[in-house]
Amino acid sequence: MQTFDLGAEGLRALNSSLHALKGQTNMTAWEVINPKGAHAIAAGVDAPVEITVRGSTGYYCAGMNKQATIRIKGSAGPGVAENMMSGTVIIDGDASQYAGATGRGGLLVIKGNASSRCGISMKGIEIVVHGNIGHMSCFMAQSGTVLVLGNAGEALGDSLYEARIFVRGSVKSLGADCIEKEMRDEHFQIVEDLLRRGEADGKARPEEFRRYGSARKLYTFNIDNAAAY
Amino acid sequence: MCGIVGLFLKDPKLESQLGAMLTDMLITMTDRGPDSAGIAIYGGAKDGLGKLTVQSANPGRDFRNLDADLHDAIGQPVAMLVKSTHAVLELPLAQLEAARAALTQLRPEVKVMSAGDSIEIFKEVGLPKDVAARFDLAKMKGTHGIGHTRMATESAVTTMGAHPFSTGADQCLVHNGSLSNHNGVRRELKRLGMTFETENDTEVGAAFISHKLQSGETLGNALEATLTDLDGFFTFVVGTKNGFGVVRDPIACKPAVMAETDQYVAFGSEYRALVNLPGIEDARIWEPEPATVYFWER
Repeated sequence: MQTFDLGAEGLRALNSSLHALKGQTNMTAWEVINPKGAHAIAAGVDAPVEITVRGSTGYYCAGMNKQATIRIKGSAGPGVAENMMSGTVIIDGDASQYAGATGRGGLLVIKGNASSRCGISMKGIEIVVHGNIGHMSCFMAQSGTVLVLGNAGEALGDSLYEARIFVRGSVKSLGADCIEKEMRDEHFQIVEDLLRRGEADGKARPEEFRRYGSARKLYTFNIDNAAAY
Repeated sequence: MCGIVGLFLKDPKLESQLGAMLTDMLITMTDRGPDSAGIAIYGGAKDGLGKLTVQSANPGRDFRNLDADLHDAIGQPVAMLVKSTHAVLELPLAQLEAARAALTQLRPEVKVMSAGDSIEIFKEVGLPKDVAARFDLAKMKGTHGIGHTRMATESAVTTMGAHPFSTGADQCLVHNGSLSNHNGVRRELKRLGMTFETENDTEVGAAFISHKLQSGETLGNALEATLTDLDGFFTFVVGTKNGFGVVRDPIACKPAVMAETDQYVAFGSEYRALVNLPGIEDARIWEPEPATVYFWER
């Protein structure tokens, strides 16, 4: 276990140590202490390591993550796991706005609530939120899956492309071109799998969720609307 | 950008440390706003007395004998404490407006930063740590206070463009964001008798709230009205003699974190502004919801 005191050694030293880990490494377990809300903790990691952050983080923690499993034992500031490529990020507390934005792969688990714009413009990431998500979540989301055990705020899935959204609780309002869709067998399986991988086993059952997706009217070119483009 | 910090104390034992806690929070927010910094602090109200905090670009000239000159003008004793470019004038509350009027004649270049029972505002151009040192903010005591670090977008980097803005007795406001309809709202408020010192958008937000309060609205209602009448991005933190309020616009892209314990309610643009507060590990921490008014009053 490598223990790194962020207060004493600083962010650049941490991130350059983590960036130096390429491919296989013996230093697979890292612990970051005294994060104190600092920005960009463990951003840009590209190695199959486990990093535990003991406390709350500021902007862009675990951004662009590849391969690593990053656990935040606190809450995360704006843009956590932004543009994640692969790996796993698990937050014990809440996440601020635009969690998982533009994410292309990997799994983001938020055990508390996520605020506005969760999964905005996501492109393949999977996001599991044990609590609620805020307004404008999944705005222009292109692909990937979001599973929400709580409620969703206003304008869910506005201008949605092909991302899938499952919400167990209420949805305050749906955004433009986002509609409720039927839950088929394959969807129950997706939800069950994500509940298990998202450390939410026993917290909810697949049949409690409703599915939302794109009506495909907004992003499909329609000759009748040619004058509007 | 811009950084906001705020602290409303519930536990009187912390009042002697208010300035020290706010100063630490303010300096942590330097990289959100290195252009200028300011603080409004509420405390030290004395029965029958009021305070004017004034500012001058030429304090050596303007503050010399200012207390005696004001005494002559209003016929009442005036106590003056000079801190760098600012001076706090303490005088009978009933004479506060008379003193303000006399000031415009006696020292035309002096600006009034704040007026009221307990508010004092100090603000200047420069790094937050330098502004804090210049006014010895860490030594200040009080019940509640608000600080701001500015990264200017809407108007020039000047002392008068720094936050907090005060547009009514014991009222102040700080802002992270930018208002897009401030010129129209300013015209309307001028028509209703409000006066302005700058072309700054935030001053319009402050005057808008002050006007509502003058019209008899509660702080809660005044903050609610910002959601319908002000257009643009804002996280506002406002201070009054007894309280402290927070409101974010419905889009809520300007960050805000709050913490509450039995001892205090704290506001920070980011969590890292709050990390050195006592008992923060066990505080209730949350983000204020969009288009939702929060306030605490004693």
